[in-house]
Amino acid sequence: MTPGQRRWIFVAGGLGLLAFYLWGLSGLPGFGNYPGPYGPAILRVAVAQTNATGVVSAINFDYRGFDTVGEEFILFVAATGVATVLRMLRGERERPALDEAAGRDVPATSSAVRMVALLFTGPVVLAGWWLASHAQTNPSGGFQGGILLATAFILVYLSGEFLVFKRLSPADLTDVVEAAGAGGYAAIGVAAVAMSLPYLTDFLPLGQVPGAVSSSGTIALISFFVGIEVAASFILIIGELLEQTLLIRQEG
Amino acid sequence: MTTLAAVQTPYTVPTAMMDILQITLLVLVAAGATAVVLIRAHVRQVLMLSIYGVLLAVLFLAFQAPDVTLSELVVGAVALPIIVLLTLAKVRKREQ
Repeated sequence: MTPGQRRWIFVAGGLGLLAFYLWGLSGLPGFGNYPGPYGPAILRVAVAQTNATGVVSAINFDYRGFDTVGEEFILFVAATGVATVLRMLRGERERPALDEAAGRDVPATSSAVRMVALLFTGPVVLAGWWLASHAQTNPSGGFQGGILLATAFILVYLSGEFLVFKRLSPADLTDVVEAAGAGGYAAIGVAAVAMSLPYLTDFLPLGQVPGAVSSSGTIALISFFVGIEVAASFILIIGELLEQTLLIRQEG
Repeated sequence: MTTLAAVQTPYTVPTAMMDILQITLLVLVAAGATAVVLIRAHVRQVLMLSIYGVLLAVLFLAFQAPDVTLSELVVGAVALPIIVLLTLAKVRKREQ
């Protein structure tokens, strides 16, 4: 095919795309208008039904809890995949986490980076924990909190050594925590089935005060499990990548 | 079709101001995305990607999605750039 012919095919395809795009745009509701019935309906009933003032969490972990189980396991499978792909292969060897190039000046971690990382570690743990445990009261949740918790470990790596990072998050431990987080969510659903309720029915007491930390039954519990699952799988992914970068070498 | 009654808040932002804020942010996000594509130096590109993540997070906040804002902050501004940076480091070491 000559470049000229290719260009014509591109022009025809581009024009077709443009036509369909404009046609689609013309059918959109006005900017800021939401015509669906679902949002207003759920806003009217959600707080009364779940005692959770974080309505997004109520949707994620209760009304559409089954959907979120799937998302949870997507991350779980992704972390497993990274761990499998980045394992040590034949022909690769692990070397000590020391710089072995002779005569090369390795810049030490600057004290500014060290200071900032140390200063942030505590607040980041606190914020992550707060987000993961307050899904029922605020627009937060296990996912956001979990990644923040994992970020605290990355700050440890930045402020000190890879070895400290590894000692704080041994692969065996992160594996177990990750599995417990993912399995805990599924188990809450199965527990409801054991009580002859539909899968993932909120079977715990909802508490008296809407928006209290102790309110909302399984929503808070699921958010907690999601939090530790996300934190562990993210630490696992980062740990594998760091190992690849720092330790594993092609033999030869 | 029923619409929700306006929620009473202690402060109200005039609609026109909100529109200006949202349009400004939309333009900034478009500029940020273009910059991510146009920057060729890899490490700079990753930094721009992180800044773009922050811009998107602010955009989501202005569009009243605080939970998505939190997700975007931790994933777009922190997690994704770290993963790309580590991959770059690995590739560079192999090239040496």
